[in-house]
Amino acid sequence: MAIFLNKDSKVIVQGMTGATGMKHTKLMLADGTNIVGGVNPRKAGTSVDFDGTEVPVFGSVAEAMEKTGANVSVLFVPPAFAKAAVVEAIDAEIPLAVVITEGIAVHDSAAFWAYAGAKGNKTRIIGPNCPGLITPGQSNAGIIPGDITKPGKIGLVSKSGTLTYQMMYELRDIGFTSCVGIGGDPVIGTTHIDALEAFEADPETELIVMIGEIGGDAEERAADFIKANVTKPVVGYVAGFTAPEGKTMGHAGAIVSGSSGTAQAKKEALEAAGVKVGKTPTETAKLAREILSKA
Amino acid sequence: MDLFEYQARDLFAKHGVPVLAGEVIDTPEAAREATERLGGKSVVKAQVKVGGRGKAGGVKLAATPDEAVARATDILGMDIKGHTVHKVMIAETAPEIVEEYYVSYLLDRTNRTFLAMASVAGGMDIEEVAATTPEKLAKVPVNANEGVSIEKAREIVALAQFPAEVAEKVAEVLVTLWKTFVAEDALLVEVNPLAKVASGEVIALDGKVSLDENAEFRQPSHEELVDKAAANPLEAAAKEKGLNYVKLDGEVGIIGNGAGLVMSTLDVVAYAGENHGGVKPANFLDIGGGASAAVMANGLEIILGDPDVKSVFVNVFGGITACDEVANGIVQALQLLKDKGEEVTKPLVVRLDGNNAELGRKILSDANHPLVQRVDTMDGAADKAAELAAAAK
Repeated sequence: MAIFLNKDSKVIVQGMTGATGMKHTKLMLADGTNIVGGVNPRKAGTSVDFDGTEVPVFGSVAEAMEKTGANVSVLFVPPAFAKAAVVEAIDAEIPLAVVITEGIAVHDSAAFWAYAGAKGNKTRIIGPNCPGLITPGQSNAGIIPGDITKPGKIGLVSKSGTLTYQMMYELRDIGFTSCVGIGGDPVIGTTHIDALEAFEADPETELIVMIGEIGGDAEERAADFIKANVTKPVVGYVAGFTAPEGKTMGHAGAIVSGSSGTAQAKKEALEAAGVKVGKTPTETAKLAREILSKA
Repeated sequence: MDLFEYQARDLFAKHGVPVLAGEVIDTPEAAREATERLGGKSVVKAQVKVGGRGKAGGVKLAATPDEAVARATDILGMDIKGHTVHKVMIAETAPEIVEEYYVSYLLDRTNRTFLAMASVAGGMDIEEVAATTPEKLAKVPVNANEGVSIEKAREIVALAQFPAEVAEKVAEVLVTLWKTFVAEDALLVEVNPLAKVASGEVIALDGKVSLDENAEFRQPSHEELVDKAAANPLEAAAKEKGLNYVKLDGEVGIIGNGAGLVMSTLDVVAYAGENHGGVKPANFLDIGGGASAAVMANGLEIILGDPDVKSVFVNVFGGITACDEVANGIVQALQLLKDKGEEVTKPLVVRLDGNNAELGRKILSDANHPLVQRVDTMDGAADKAAELAAAAK
């Protein structure tokens, strides 16, 4: 089992023919992802050869879905065109859209999020500004390195890409059901709560690792959710204790505003919900290991 | 990016929000002509990106052009909560103020939508209003795709219980303020106070605007709004090189790949520093996923340009880019800097983990650079970097 993505997922890539799209489509294929097409209206009808695998290019998401049965789209579309591309995915009602693009204006993210809601939320959006998600051994939708971990029993949800990788690598001997990078922007589609809910329901996930960072109150709300709804053990990590107030730390959403969004408040909220919170990524991995060895 | 009041005023004026005349100056003498242009009297307002300037003496009335020069002399150079005043706005004096209101739009991260806030209790800190008399602050979600029509604005005005005689005028301000919010890709537009004056008009007397830096690609004019004078020179140099850098006040220079990992590195160094005389991270620097030699050299150059830095911690996790490539990048970067006559003179602790970590570590060991130490765990490397910084202090 896994969440959001598995071996049966049929993946298309919006922006496949650009440099980043080409690079990562090749890597996703190497990880066993079933990539059934790319989308580019100007190159519709052509195909791209990835080391012997011919991937057809379609004119639209709707056409790609109709011809291939695709149910996941990964977007590598530049910020200026990202909103239109996500709206197209929503209009086509593709079940999952993974928006890798970094640097999308927040008015655009807020607009496509509102649009998804108005269309009945038929498309789950992951990101933007995220590394995507991987179900090790089955499918990889995004830019997470596929060879640093293996299938196993931990579920991972994180705002940060590299901390996701760090944690996947630290716990590679135990392995993961799915690892979901939800992104570091102020407005994102899938939240910690959505992933926690899915991991709770996934019979193969035995423990959940949740990584947060400064900014907003997503971790605090996740803590409330855990308290009320999650029976599986959750181990947490929060980055940004030393971040100064009012400075954006790399991710557009990683900013402490006044007294809100601090790492300390997030850590306390998680601990109050019974989550063991590590001081460093390594200590967090150790906590996960300890809980699983007792189980 | 937070703007100065005069910049907010200009954007408001551009989109039809009623404001008073005003211009920004940076020398006392310029206050004279500016005040003459306003008919001989003015308000001299310190331009600082911090609240409470009125109480600090940063806003003064001037009854004559000479007085404006005197007030500008007092205010320019003044320190307001750690912010030095470099500019003042010479503004038209407000007609008699009858009432003060509050209106704003902002991003509501929690609900992933925009939010209109309005109150008849303006003129003071809105967080205080929200805390003490929350019933006086109307909060209305605004759908990004529906926006604020005059009907929606009337709904906000009704919820905030504005007096009937100003309701329509405030609603019109809300529509123009929404235009400002959208057209400028703002994260916040706030008018406080929105004043009702004796004539019955409503005027934005002070305001705050914060802009979305991710929208720079379609907002070329926003470049001019950047306060280059106030930017830390290292931050400015890093921005020019396309690096994501924030100057902090510690001694351990930090380079890493990925925002989350770098934030985490700062924390781990700060913890380690507790055992080494309280040394702290000197900066945030994310060189991104690739970590090529050129980018690594740029990053090292910025960090070594910071005189506070006593040791450097390079913390890289090899994901898509494998550690051997990263290690080669580091070795080449050190050579690049040497060739430029900027040889590294401070100890460097490097931690490489992830893809091809063994190979990467071997490359570093073989290069055998006298100032480079390899420590293979993040916590251990942070401890070593803190120890070296403490020893060099």
